[in-house]
Amino acid sequence: MSVSVRIPTILRTYTGGQAEVAAEGTTLAEVIADLEKNHTGISARVLDDEGKLRRFVNVYVNDDDVRFEQGLATATPEGAGISIIPAVAGG
Amino acid sequence: MAAQTVASTTDTPNAPAAPAAPPVDLGPAVALSCRECGERTPLSPSFACASCFGPLEAAYELPTGDPEALRKAIEAGPESIWRYAPLLPVPADVAAKPNLNPGFTRLVKADRLAAELGVTGELYVKDDSGNPTHSFKDRVVAIAVEAARAFGFTTLSCSSTGNLAGAVGAAAARAGLRSCVFIPHDLEQGKVVMAAVYGGDVVAIEGTYDDVNRFCSELIGDPIGEGWGFTNVNLRPYYAEGSKTLAYEICEQLGWRIPDQIVIPVASGSQLTKIDKGLQELIKVGLVEEKPYRIIAAQAEGCSPVSAAYKAGHDVVRPVKPDTIVKSLAIGNPADGPYVLDIARRTGGAVEDVTDEQVVEGIKLLARTEGIFAETAGGVTVGVAKKLLEAGVLDPAATTVVINTGDGLKTLDAVAATSGPTATIRPSLEAFRAAGLSAH
Ligand SMILES: Cc1ncc(COP(=O)(O)O)c(C=O)c1O
Ligand SMILES: [Zn+2]
Repeated sequence: MSVSVRIPTILRTYTGGQAEVAAEGTTLAEVIADLEKNHTGISARVLDDEGKLRRFVNVYVNDDDVRFEQGLATATPEGAGISIIPAVAGG
Repeated sequence: MAAQTVASTTDTPNAPAAPAAPPVDLGPAVALSCRECGERTPLSPSFACASCFGPLEAAYELPTGDPEALRKAIEAGPESIWRYAPLLPVPADVAAKPNLNPGFTRLVKADRLAAELGVTGELYVKDDSGNPTHSFKDRVVAIAVEAARAFGFTTLSCSSTGNLAGAVGAAAARAGLRSCVFIPHDLEQGKVVMAAVYGGDVVAIEGTYDDVNRFCSELIGDPIGEGWGFTNVNLRPYYAEGSKTLAYEICEQLGWRIPDQIVIPVASGSQLTKIDKGLQELIKVGLVEEKPYRIIAAQAEGCSPVSAAYKAGHDVVRPVKPDTIVKSLAIGNPADGPYVLDIARRTGGAVEDVTDEQVVEGIKLLARTEGIFAETAGGVTVGVAKKLLEAGVLDPAATTVVINTGDGLKTLDAVAATSGPTATIRPSLEAFRAAGLSAH
């Protein structure tokens, strides 16, 4: 599946400054693996040493927080928009 | 007073000199440091660690040496948060600039509430409804304004559950900055009006606070957001430090002593995390004696992701979709949730939640016993204090501080149905007697 991924400012060094990049994969885990192929180093920023999503990163697949879904196993349908966003506090 | 030099991880010997950063005077704050991995970066409007996404926070050269001189300087300072300027990321002359001078709110000895709750020790209410826009948010925003000035931002912004929006609108007006704030569309009227009256832009977003937050994060990563200082996003490392002043004031008002137990409302958990940081700093600079204290986090049942994680023994917080009358605390995805869990566990405290009914009871109990009209968040702290005293979790003989973070006038609907006239009568003595309200 072909999806588009919105990249937060702090990860744009890995995408040559691009705010949005294309990736392939049927699950979030596959999408991250595919991102890593084209933008080496990005996966280690988003995932911890055990390969789990870091606790201060929020990932959305089409507006749904993946923690409400299946985490890294969340399906990424064709054309999905994926956002990677650092946690924000105070309100 | 001598300053303690904090080692910087960036000065590697023989490395080419980094280009000089523009001079930013934020007083004793010298760098940003990641709360998760400790990585340091120069002071800048960034909020997340490039290595691990952890929150960046201000790192200081704190005053060392003579605590007595520091204490005297603080006590001689203005009756606002600026008396603590040596412990905050603000320039030394901060009090001279136009700002709302928040803080130094009253610490009320709550004897009648104590009697009702069965507290035999000292019970206090730290009443932050006395701030300029009637919530604790004036503290954090005042610091964010200094950071906005230092970094040259022209628009002050935020994502808000209501109180922050009002505080940003007012502080920006006073500082001569443009403001544009973002709120969920279904807030209490009192909060919407207070956000809008200061003349800035208010954008209501169709969604929850977490949707608003997500939108703001994207705005910041986009060229449209250039020149915008989001108090709780790109200015968060500075903003969040403002909550330390609650810890400073409580200790100073208790005669420079740390209370045994503090009950704090939790939405994102930022305030609670920084109150703990403030207590640690007071100990470090020698203004109070080190002693054990317990931090108790309070949530509303309809949005209690941190309480749920605490009870389940987790150290990560699974987000929820909020459904509660306590809109100021309706953050389903609390960024500092993991730290709230750490702090409650480390200090032998607790995380507890109460139902909306208990929130209303808490508001009315505080009003009836102490003459303090709290917003729903205050009903949450009072309700949780009551629940944990009854459960034997809180020690009734200890010195306890309950924080009221906002004013009940902003959340009138919570109590309007049950707080009306006792009777409606014709203006006659006979009618009054008939209503059964006369003393005899
Ligand atoms: C009145 C009131 N109390 C408490 C809070 C919670 O603060 P925090 O998000 O720092 O936990 C908020 C705002 O979010 C608030 O408006
Ligand atoms: Zn880090």
